[in-house]
Amino acid sequence: MNLFDYFRPASLAEAVAAGSQPGSAYLGAGTNLLDLMKGGVLAPSRLVDLTHLPDLNRIEQLADGSTRIGALVKNAALAHDPDFARAYPAVAEALLSGASAQLRNAATVGSNLMQRTRCAYFTDPASACNKRQPGSGCDAIGGENRAHAVLGWSDHCIAVHPSDFCVALTALGALVEIEGPTGRREVAMTDFYLLPGDTPEKETVLEAGEMIVAVRLPPEAAAFAGHQRYLKVRERTSYAFALASAAAALKIENGLIVEARLALGGVATKPWRTQAAEAVLVGATPGKEAFENAAEAAFAEAKPSGENAYKIALGRRVVTRALMMAAAGTPKRMPALPASPFASETGANAHV
Amino acid sequence: MNLSMTLTINGERRDIVLDDPRVTLLDLLRERLHLTGAKKGCDRGQCGACTILVDGQRINSCLALAVSYDGAAITTIEGLAENGTLHPVQQAFIDHDGFQCGFCTPGQIMSAVGLIAEAQAMGDPERIREAMSGNICRCGAYQGITEAVLDAQARLAGSKAETAA
Repeated sequence: MNLFDYFRPASLAEAVAAGSQPGSAYLGAGTNLLDLMKGGVLAPSRLVDLTHLPDLNRIEQLADGSTRIGALVKNAALAHDPDFARAYPAVAEALLSGASAQLRNAATVGSNLMQRTRCAYFTDPASACNKRQPGSGCDAIGGENRAHAVLGWSDHCIAVHPSDFCVALTALGALVEIEGPTGRREVAMTDFYLLPGDTPEKETVLEAGEMIVAVRLPPEAAAFAGHQRYLKVRERTSYAFALASAAAALKIENGLIVEARLALGGVATKPWRTQAAEAVLVGATPGKEAFENAAEAAFAEAKPSGENAYKIALGRRVVTRALMMAAAGTPKRMPALPASPFASETGANAHV
Repeated sequence: MNLSMTLTINGERRDIVLDDPRVTLLDLLRERLHLTGAKKGCDRGQCGACTILVDGQRINSCLALAVSYDGAAITTIEGLAENGTLHPVQQAFIDHDGFQCGFCTPGQIMSAVGLIAEAQAMGDPERIREAMSGNICRCGAYQGITEAVLDAQARLAGSKAETAA
């Protein structure tokens, strides 16, 4: 790891001023940043430690029905907050399906949004990677790429976005509150991440010095609490990134779907909301036929970026199954294996 | 650049001066404070051998920048036993053969102590396995580990009920 200056700001203004200097990086818990620094992938000259800033670790109910999550709220604290988990069960399930208990206790909400891809070529400084070193090429193209993207990729980058949390947030229309040198602004999750195009090093809309201060779930997101799930297929039952995942939320009235939300993870270069699939579901009777049609629409634009055509078939099945699970209703208790296809409510006998 | 900080480690307040900001909690404990119970396995947050409690919550000490934890209360495996009596989780690991070579054991035990405090997996082996997935055991002692955590949970719940009565 390179040597760096350590700075602990006492206020947001101090943080942004320090974070705006070239070479600065913001430090949350550091579970991803320190890992990348140890691997020589990132080498910031200054770490601006946000973890002691006041007022960023609260979960608040706002008067208009929104829920505001401070950037320093820990992943585990959010997932286990009873009111939050009741209102946004798929978000809690997504959080608990990611990483390990130790990492969830440390990692923060803001850092989850800012985590980097786990593409092995990005994390290996000896490989060509346009994200890590613009213009150097992409060794994932033509390389070991069975875990890479089938949606949103370009000839410059095929890496997937790794977050589970962001997929559920994207489905529910979350907003990102940003503080920067020019003040406060907010951006929808669907606009926060950029497609790689020919500038894969630019991953978000954040400008120099800008930082996330909160994530907000809008009032209308609370209406889906009764029918929402996150489903994640991975190579191990626990502590693995998604090969394909989906957050599905339905509003069902008089036996018909009146509103639907659907976002995909593990298959795209950013958390992938699919409004085309949502439109297919509106007015339909909940059931396999409608859900398979939606899955078809969700992957209509998908194409393999290498040895990963299986992800299109797998992704469709994950969408269909996530919608079936959402239609069946949010379980009363978090499943023993969150977001797992092997999950049952008690799980005691299902040793997989 | 010297960085001054304070930690409470296993109940004892320690004033610490770091001459390098790169020191992780794990390296601070092992190399500077000579508390070598927490192990350095992968050093990248994947194996769980370095698990400690920070303010009662289990984390990977290898991915924690020590200076950032200024003011925190830390519990390591060295701080579990009281007056020569093993902590119930330590005793349960022995009783159930929850280890073979022992390298991952301090991390497993600290993780189990954290898990029991979280109270999300009471009496359910599947929930315990899920909640312990951040601790790898290359000897494959998982069966004994799961039994040990189940037993320790029950023992601690029992002693809590006794105290309440």
